[in-house]
Amino acid sequence: MITEMIWVPISKLMQDYPYIEDFLLSVGLKDFDSELSMGSIAGTLTEEWLEDRGMDREQLIGHFTAFMDKMEQLRLKPESRVKEIAILGGHDKSGNEENISLTVRPGDILCIVGPTGSGKSRLLADIECLAQRDTPTGRQVLVNGEAPAADKRFSIEYKLVAQLSQNMNFVMDLTVEEFVTMHAESRMIENIEDSVKAIVDCANELAGERFASCVPITQLSGGQSRALMIADTALLSASPVVLIDEIENAGVDRKKALELLVKKEKIILMSTHDPILALMGHRRIVIKNGGIHKIIETGEAEKANMDILHKIDAKMLNLRNILRSGGTVDFDVQGYFAGVK
Amino acid sequence: MRLITVSGPPSSGKTSVILKTIEYLKAEALKIGIVKFDCLSTYDNLLYEKMGIPVMVGLSGNLCPDHFFISNIDDCMRWGVREGMDILVSESAGLCNRCSPHIKDITAVCVIDCLSGVHTPKKIGPMLKLADVVVITKGDIVSQAEREVFSFRVKQANPRASVLFINGITGQGAYDLSVSFRNAAWVDSLDGKRLRFSMPAALCSYCLGETKIGEDYQTGNVKKMDFGEVKA
Repeated sequence: MITEMIWVPISKLMQDYPYIEDFLLSVGLKDFDSELSMGSIAGTLTEEWLEDRGMDREQLIGHFTAFMDKMEQLRLKPESRVKEIAILGGHDKSGNEENISLTVRPGDILCIVGPTGSGKSRLLADIECLAQRDTPTGRQVLVNGEAPAADKRFSIEYKLVAQLSQNMNFVMDLTVEEFVTMHAESRMIENIEDSVKAIVDCANELAGERFASCVPITQLSGGQSRALMIADTALLSASPVVLIDEIENAGVDRKKALELLVKKEKIILMSTHDPILALMGHRRIVIKNGGIHKIIETGEAEKANMDILHKIDAKMLNLRNILRSGGTVDFDVQGYFAGVK
Repeated sequence: MRLITVSGPPSSGKTSVILKTIEYLKAEALKIGIVKFDCLSTYDNLLYEKMGIPVMVGLSGNLCPDHFFISNIDDCMRWGVREGMDILVSESAGLCNRCSPHIKDITAVCVIDCLSGVHTPKKIGPMLKLADVVVITKGDIVSQAEREVFSFRVKQANPRASVLFINGITGQGAYDLSVSFRNAAWVDSLDGKRLRFSMPAALCSYCLGETKIGEDYQTGNVKKMDFGEVKA
């Protein structure tokens, strides 16, 4: 099927696979006759042209069929749904057994706490590489109750994890709209325009200050960038698991952000020491000496305390807004906070 | 012995990726060696030595680094076999984007970084397009969307490679690469093996030490830019 495509005119293939053009451009083919097939085009290329580009005819056609094959897989890939992920305990740095098994499902928020260097990143890395008792922690990660096949485990198409951390920045020289469009194209979704609009609207709902889609992404504020990253991950990323390394408490509505990810059926693993975020989790893992020390269910008393924490948070946010709009904080702050009940 | 060629643009994170990857292999008591190719000088050998990994340094000086690499890699291979190594990793920088260091049947890795711009995968020649594994670094400082766009572009430029993200600082992702290293083909010698693609050619007066500028001094393999019809 794919090998037959070598002899189909490019113009005809392009109707079903508009991404071919970009591929041809990437191998250096610009002004070709699109009525010709890949096979005939390869035949017209001179030795000198091929030498300059660094691929021979066979390699060029090999890449073409491999690319078409990948595109076909992407197009036809049924959404392989992750129903649950299980983490089976290994051992800590001293070799003590963890004796733990933990299952997370879409919509779960699992927080990870522990001092710096205790092994939080190792746990996140185990989940990312779907450890099979072959990483330093000896843990095993099962997807839908099974160990993933080796070829899937290491293939980027099956990578389950999207990551968000406060060290991440936008680096591309594009406007918000161009940027989200480019991401949507690489995900090969239909209706790109609609989903770009939905993402920008959603990011604006999360961001403290609104932004237009014609703004360059590198000019967004910290909060706006984070809001766009979260909206984009929720609505456009295929990965069912989102690893979050803190969400700073500035310019982004963290509660709404988590609600959005939960609504989009993501499994959320969040490394945080922020009380509001930590208590928003359904459970939290305590890491000590490289191992999972214990798992705490967020209790009723903790949940009840959330209300007051939110109120204090809102008070802090209000102080921030006072400063932003040129005001002063010289009033009775003790009294200001004493009003929190 | 298993030989792996690792190449990539300067400062893309090749050394960090290799260091983090061989940490996993060292833990399995495998004997590993490194050959570091560079142009004028390098300090990376110190990083390997610090880990207790035997390392050879090859400096190409005023020769094309790729040509220098391929004229020495068989000797490197013999060195590794003599030292009883299980795995030998060669590290070389690709400097002109037309570099073509990969050898047929020898596991070939290309390392590029997310910060190098979204068009980079298109701009790199055989070093990326004919690699078996493409490692993307510095993903930890860009957004998830940019990572996804970048890896899509890499897959477009090389649909046959497996693509991995590795964080050179924490080592996240390096386990996957250690599996490729461990499963690399076993070879006893490189005699008679071939490059995956011919290297960039140069054989002109400037190769032989000419320094003057002007048409009279340009002989040999010379290519001229096309400026179209230029009025005198």
